Amino acid sequence: MNMRPCSKYFGKLGQLGTVCTVFALFLTVTPPVSAAEINLYSYRQPFLLKPLLTAFTKETGIKVNVVYAKKGMLERLKAEGINSPADAVLTVDIGRLSDLVTAGLVQPVKSPVLETNIPPQYRHPMGLWFGLTTRARIVAAHKTRVKPGEIGSYEDLAAPRFKGRVCSRSGKHAYNISLVASIIVAKGEKAAQAWAAAVKGNLARKPQGNDRAQARAIKEGVCDVALLNTYYMGKMATNEKKPQQKEWAKAIRVVFPNQGNRGTHVNLSGVAVTKSAKHRAEAVRLLEFLSGPFAQKIYAEQNFEYPVKAGTPLHPMVASWGRFTADTVSLAEVARYRTLASKIMDRVSFDH
Amino acid sequence: MKSLGANSDAVLGRASARRLRFDNWTAATALIAAMAAVPTVAVVTMAFMPTDNIWPHLASTVLPLYVRTTLGLMLGVGLGTFVIGMGTAWLVTMCRFPGRQIFEWALLLPMAIPAYVVAYVYTDLLEFAGPVQGLLRSQFGWTTKAEYWFPEIRSLGGAIAVMTLAFYPYVYLLSRAAFLEQSVCVLEVSRTLGRGPWRSFFLVALPLARPAIVIGLSLVLMETLNDFGTVDYFAVATFTAGILDVWLNMNNTSGAAQLASVLLVFVLALIYFERRGRRAQRYHHTSARYRALPGYPLQGRSAALATAACLLPVVLGFLVPAGVLLNYALTHYAATLETDIVRLTLNSLGLSLLAAMITVAVGAFLAYGVRLKGKPALTAAARFASLGYAVPGAVLAIGVIIPTAWLENTVDGFMRATFGVSTGLLLSGTVAAVTMGYVVRFLALSFGTVEASLAKVTASMDGAARTLGSGPAATLRRVHLPLMRGSILTAAILVFVDCMKELPMTVILRPFNFHTLATFVHEYASDELLAESSLAALTIVASGILPVIILSRTITQSRPGHGRSSNGKAKP
Repeated sequence: MNMRPCSKYFGKLGQLGTVCTVFALFLTVTPPVSAAEINLYSYRQPFLLKPLLTAFTKETGIKVNVVYAKKGMLERLKAEGINSPADAVLTVDIGRLSDLVTAGLVQPVKSPVLETNIPPQYRHPMGLWFGLTTRARIVAAHKTRVKPGEIGSYEDLAAPRFKGRVCSRSGKHAYNISLVASIIVAKGEKAAQAWAAAVKGNLARKPQGNDRAQARAIKEGVCDVALLNTYYMGKMATNEKKPQQKEWAKAIRVVFPNQGNRGTHVNLSGVAVTKSAKHRAEAVRLLEFLSGPFAQKIYAEQNFEYPVKAGTPLHPMVASWGRFTADTVSLAEVARYRTLASKIMDRVSFDH
Repeated sequence: MKSLGANSDAVLGRASARRLRFDNWTAATALIAAMAAVPTVAVVTMAFMPTDNIWPHLASTVLPLYVRTTLGLMLGVGLGTFVIGMGTAWLVTMCRFPGRQIFEWALLLPMAIPAYVVAYVYTDLLEFAGPVQGLLRSQFGWTTKAEYWFPEIRSLGGAIAVMTLAFYPYVYLLSRAAFLEQSVCVLEVSRTLGRGPWRSFFLVALPLARPAIVIGLSLVLMETLNDFGTVDYFAVATFTAGILDVWLNMNNTSGAAQLASVLLVFVLALIYFERRGRRAQRYHHTSARYRALPGYPLQGRSAALATAACLLPVVLGFLVPAGVLLNYALTHYAATLETDIVRLTLNSLGLSLLAAMITVAVGAFLAYGVRLKGKPALTAAARFASLGYAVPGAVLAIGVIIPTAWLENTVDGFMRATFGVSTGLLLSGTVAAVTMGYVVRFLALSFGTVEASLAKVTASMDGAARTLGSGPAATLRRVHLPLMRGSILTAAILVFVDCMKELPMTVILRPFNFHTLATFVHEYASDELLAESSLAALTIVASGILPVIILSRTITQSRPGHGRSSNGKAKP
């Protein structure tokens, strides 16, 4: 009994020790402040960026600190204001880039290197953002169950012959919203809504899963056609860790829609320098690196994306799908219709 | 505080000192409640910012669906967790059957697995292309989906099943603690008066355990409401899915905050009606006579049924998901070994331990302050502060960011203007901000648990202690804290395990280059690459197992004369 108070104090000491250890631990996590570093807010998964950033650091000696989040970045940047530590923001789609511009969070960059590397349609006229890669929203069709020529456009997905044969991820996913927005630009709100309603009527199952899941569903016979990003096709077709994904990709024929008219819808991944950037020079250097031949080649080879820099070789598999005409509509214009596209998906009850 | 009272010997001085002391408690409680409430208040404030009116669009399209789905989900998960949690708690506490001693702690294990991971695992198993349906097809020669019927896992029913399995341990935990605290005398009186075992259970034991069960259920329902990972993966249109949709797909932050505020009002209303329902009732234990629980021996079929009833939730909620993760980790070990699992584990453990300690300290302080003063306004403030649990994590994270950054920028502006130095952001984007987020999010767990245990200490104990000359602080230290030790440990472990699993706030609030086990799992799993992160997911589960076992022992030992036999036999 006499030991009680004693052991209690030791317990307290132990707790104190734990707290100290914890703090010590965190101190080691905090990146040391030095001139040769930049801070990146990223909407893109770090494992996709790692090879690029490692190469950048090796070449320039500039360390890149990353925080990755799919949501909340915009609000975080807004709230942090001029004191935000972020120097640059990396996004996966045009929507986020235009949100940054609307919120007044980015600054113009003028760089001859960027202007040479990136064609004008893939960068903001005042240099507020720069596109790095595009991914085409293709139609994935089953090799035998869908006859050649049976599907040639996004509009075909709404045709009665595809009743019960279409799979889709959530209609609210950024890729689908962006596609609907491009249809609004091309044909108006009414037509876009009619299209969404008809596609919804053709669905084989409730929208679910990501792009890989749609490919798998085609392979497994749940449906015959689905919308996919080219990037996922490549990732599946070369997946050595999970060979079954190769089978999914093998079951699929890549169709670039709307080649006879406005072209295939593409989405743009890009980067912008923040207004608050404390390492502006380093950030611009990163932008130039990412648009340069080396990084563009990695994007093409490892991520199966279409590099924006002319003359960058495509991945052989991507090249094997053939050349295609991309929808030339202004991506900023498409971004403006995202809210309306999202509402259309609600009105036709696409997901439910 | 003590010296204040001792130094003043004049009657007048003593009175004023006491008043001062009382005010200190009120002020401190109010201050802490207010600080913890800031993020929730920030969310409500955002709702009042000018914006496109989103309601006509929602009301004419998806709102009725959101409401219906959310109510269905709450009803399903509420019923499911109530039946499983309370039923198994009663069985392991009051009956004897094979495996009972293992089930005592094993029933808590599903708590260690994040609900979204359970959802991923079951989807992999049960979807059309999964092994279960594949086996059925090969056995029966079916080829297409049209040839047979199989329940769709990505549905409201699937979400109810997954959440019930993931959340029932809260109800189990609190019901078990409540059943253990009941004096057998009460039950025996009921039996003597001619009630059978079932009726005694429904008329006596269950009503006595009501406050605890309600706290367990309210935790479950708040967790159900704030969940985004599972419902998003299952494409179930809940209110929370709607909040995130309005925010992210319609670029309408205020609209999303308005929806979140409606959700809060709904939760407040639920709490209010439940409290009013038992307004006139008090639940102090009047008998100090504790005997060993009778342990009705079950035999034959009823024993088998009892074992099965306890085995099923453990198998489905823990063994299957953990087994699948283990299988992934073993088959994809090459991919999983690339990860710096040690760093991730240390980050998760450190952060969760720190947050658990602070959350419990704050929760216990609030619960005691509320009890001490008994002022309705104070009680309401503390309750409101613990509402963060019902807000979707990503939205609450914004509620943390905005006021914090505002304060920092204001200080920075002042310092620049006055001294020409910039202080910058001191908290935003640091581990401190993440910890703050955790405290706000999980305060309900610690406040609720401690409040429930304090409610059972009769007011006459406080009276006696105070009459004998102890001040509020001394009464807390010498009377309440020893009585609360069990519940404080319970609260700490609950918060710890939840912090280990926490995802949305960590993602949004974290510093550069900072990953926890949960964020790592999510990074891959969100791209349907669960196998690549299975080792990290298993580590989350493994770090939850030990605390959960400790928790079970704490609760078993909370009953005088109960628990391990080495503790001594109960008094006859």
